[in-house]
Amino acid sequence: MDHQITLQVDGERSALTVDTRTSLLDALRERLGTTSAKKGCDHGQCGACTVLLDGRRVNSCLVLAVTAEDQEVTTSDGLAADGPHALHEAFVDHDAYQCGYCTPGQITSAAGVLAEAAQGWPSAVTEDLTAERTELTDAEIRERMSGNLCRCAAYANIVPAVADVAAAQGVRA
Amino acid sequence: MSALSERPLGAVVGAAVPHEAAALHVTGRALYTDDLVGRTKGVLHAWPVQVLAAHARVTAVRTDAATDVPGVVRVLTAADVPGVNDAGVKHDEPLFPDEVMFFGHAVAWVLGETLEAARLGAVAVEVDVEELPAVVTVRDAVAAESFQGGQPTLLRGPDVEEALAGSAHVFSGEFEFAGQEHFYLETHCALAQVDEDGQVFVQSSTQHPTETQEIVAHVLGLASSEVTVQCLRMGGGFGGKEMQPHGLAAIAALGARLTGRPVRLRLNRAQDITMTGKRHGFLAQWRVGFDDDGRLTALDATLTSDGGWSLDLSEPVLARALCHIDNAYWIPAVRVNGRIARTNKTSQTAFRGFGGPQGMLVIEDVLGRCAPTLGFTAEELRRRNFYAAGQDTPYGQPVRHADRLATAWQQVLDSSDFSARTASVEAFNASSAHVKRGLAITPVKFGISFNFTAFNQGGALVHVYKDGSVLITHGGTEMGQGLHTKMLQVAATALGVPLSRVRLAPTRTDKVPNTSATAASSGADLNGGAVKNACEQILGRLAQVAAEELHVPAADVRFVDGRVRGLDADGPSLPWEDVVRLAYFSRVQLWAAGFYRTEGLHWDSAAMRGEPFKYFAYGVAAAEVEVDGFTGAYRVRRVDIVHDVGDSLSPLVDLGQVEGGFVQGVGWLTLEDLRWDERTGKITTSSASTYKLPSFSEMPEDFRVSLLDAAHEDGAVYGAKAVGEPPLMLAFSVREALRQAAAAFGPAGTSVDLASPATPEAVFWAVEAARAAEGAHVRDGGSAPPQPQGPPIRPESERVLGQA
Repeated sequence: MDHQITLQVDGERSALTVDTRTSLLDALRERLGTTSAKKGCDHGQCGACTVLLDGRRVNSCLVLAVTAEDQEVTTSDGLAADGPHALHEAFVDHDAYQCGYCTPGQITSAAGVLAEAAQGWPSAVTEDLTAERTELTDAEIRERMSGNLCRCAAYANIVPAVADVAAAQGVRA
Repeated sequence: MSALSERPLGAVVGAAVPHEAAALHVTGRALYTDDLVGRTKGVLHAWPVQVLAAHARVTAVRTDAATDVPGVVRVLTAADVPGVNDAGVKHDEPLFPDEVMFFGHAVAWVLGETLEAARLGAVAVEVDVEELPAVVTVRDAVAAESFQGGQPTLLRGPDVEEALAGSAHVFSGEFEFAGQEHFYLETHCALAQVDEDGQVFVQSSTQHPTETQEIVAHVLGLASSEVTVQCLRMGGGFGGKEMQPHGLAAIAALGARLTGRPVRLRLNRAQDITMTGKRHGFLAQWRVGFDDDGRLTALDATLTSDGGWSLDLSEPVLARALCHIDNAYWIPAVRVNGRIARTNKTSQTAFRGFGGPQGMLVIEDVLGRCAPTLGFTAEELRRRNFYAAGQDTPYGQPVRHADRLATAWQQVLDSSDFSARTASVEAFNASSAHVKRGLAITPVKFGISFNFTAFNQGGALVHVYKDGSVLITHGGTEMGQGLHTKMLQVAATALGVPLSRVRLAPTRTDKVPNTSATAASSGADLNGGAVKNACEQILGRLAQVAAEELHVPAADVRFVDGRVRGLDADGPSLPWEDVVRLAYFSRVQLWAAGFYRTEGLHWDSAAMRGEPFKYFAYGVAAAEVEVDGFTGAYRVRRVDIVHDVGDSLSPLVDLGQVEGGFVQGVGWLTLEDLRWDERTGKITTSSASTYKLPSFSEMPEDFRVSLLDAAHEDGAVYGAKAVGEPPLMLAFSVREALRQAAAAFGPAGTSVDLASPATPEAVFWAVEAARAAEGAHVRDGGSAPPQPQGPPIRPESERVLGQA
């Protein structure tokens, strides 16, 4: 069934008609030509398609495009609207990628992690569940980023990259 | 120091620079093949018609119902192939088969206006089949004598039977271990377009654009000159895109030729896993001899690889396995047979290490199982058997720089505080009943170059434009390994210009022809040599121009950091741009095609003798693990690595390769459990939910990686060694640490078998066996493993496309 929607992606509004079964990822890539988010598995298992929906991270392959209406969709490219984001710079400084295919998803996911920590959202490894801000230790970063696979295994460099930005944003000592 | 390896002052190689596409990668602006679809008008989408039987004869393919599906434009079948219906170079891989050879084999493809139309069309294609008996496991193949390809034997030294008879200790055993799914995050993808006059342009996620071009050409019945293949970059390759992309690119190209419209073929993840090849699993059967001092006296082994349904790269993979069964160890008498099982599975193929890891795993497993039985620590047993200066490999190649192995070993022992931590592991284990630790150290020696000598050549095209800017293209492909970054550094170094002056254009077969696969870790060696050669041709011409202007002999002209001068660093100089402009107006050619061939290689694949490798890369890793005796669950507490990359071309890139290769190896050996339903032949681990990949959670808690110092390699460009594959095998340290931790649950001196992959479940069973003091299943003495009788190479073994 076709449905007319308006998507707000990286600050730009676009009207389009989609089959209601269309995933947000496919709407971005196939319909809007926004290819920052990548398709790795299309099953919510790899994280390469991670985008922010009103600042919260989602696997865009598991979100129906029609449900993303009225929300701000941000890809890693969108994070660079006003110049490189601190995460972009930290990933470059730490060589936190190899083939680069999972990288936009890693970065949007990390942006989501930073926001979650700032709001005190606990994870499975959080010790103090009542803290207003979560301290993003290495263990916290690993746990929270564990939904983003990197087959090149740049993990050893992604963790310090995220940690640097966390420290600058006050969610890591 | 050779002219090839010598670095000039102010070299850009050796600098820790970011990946050349870093800024594009982090934002997602870097383009991969499938990102081009939205930029291309009128694209058709391809979907395979997969038959769900492991082995069957196709008796009819009816496409009428499919063409009636709205949006379906065309169904491609064997009848549409104008050239050769084959996707490989061995002529055993029909592109549209009349015999289904594995569960999910595609027999036809549907082109649709949308992916959905193509998918619905594929469902509507009716395929009649007559099921045939299937061979799924390697043991079934052995029982059925289902083999393919040559059966080489590696022989060295005194008669192996006599050597074993004279050995103080002889053990025998078996070891069957699993393959590995590449799971590059970017699945296979091709986008084909027809240019003027029927010429075809294919963008493909391929490690081997030249071979993709050749296969597309022969399927379409075109000359290679009528087909151009471009690879922008890959979202991971790992060997999985060395040979597997060709048939997929050919389907897209065929569709484009027949419809006149661009065709996109992108496999979804389940299709990619069910249809494309993986690392070969092996069955190893062996006898080994030791003297009373724990020194290896003889190895008698038969390796049977699981090749899947077609030869693909199985023969060179097997050859590399045989050439690496010695790993770092001197074995005086050797008889190692190889054979390739033909099974009804995907056609197993290249995967980082290319058989090397499989060969090395066998000897490491032998040493790990035998050490307690011989009364040595595993560390001591390994150390005692290291190659010494002057010794050669079983195939007759001197082991140059064997001392580097000992140096790296000692560095890791020191930096990891190995002896003190061994004591603390023992103390921990003595006081902990249900959780045990293990600490192991293992070496890597890996031969660099393609075994097949002819492939060891590289090409490059370097353009200097009138404004002094430089554009390079070379024959290698970028898959995240940082090859393009290194090539930019090589060009900037060779031309004496700042890195920012040099740009790199994507890999295309119309820029650099007849390239080898970007494989065998050789990308930087081969293409770097070619880039350097092209730059030197241009500099030779520019030196003449500058010499006249500076009034110095041409031989004294130096190009340093964007300026051109004589020998005197403080003497008169000219900007690079001025010399380039002068040269143009003097009608001097400002571009060059470069070429490189690795000298000094020779290899007799029938006799399995020669010097196939330019040099060896060395590395050592120590790993500590902790195992829970109730569940077999474990964690990697600490890893220390020293790895030899020669004089690094690009340290940031190389450290990333070492870390990433190690983790991928740990995945192969501990997590990644490929399963096939042995009754139906269906792969049951066709997604990341059932196939466990290394994630952040499995990273070593403490991970210390360093590069070996003073490691100049005289025989390679700017003294650097290859790095892509060797670090994968550093992961043996984790597997051996798990074995030792499991053994610690049993009485002192217990030897245990450990399955591969050593999943928590497998470790649990190893712990149970240790508790029962079962001992490893290695027999004292034992009889010879099966001795295959097939010819070492077959006519098709080394057939190169274009030869009859």
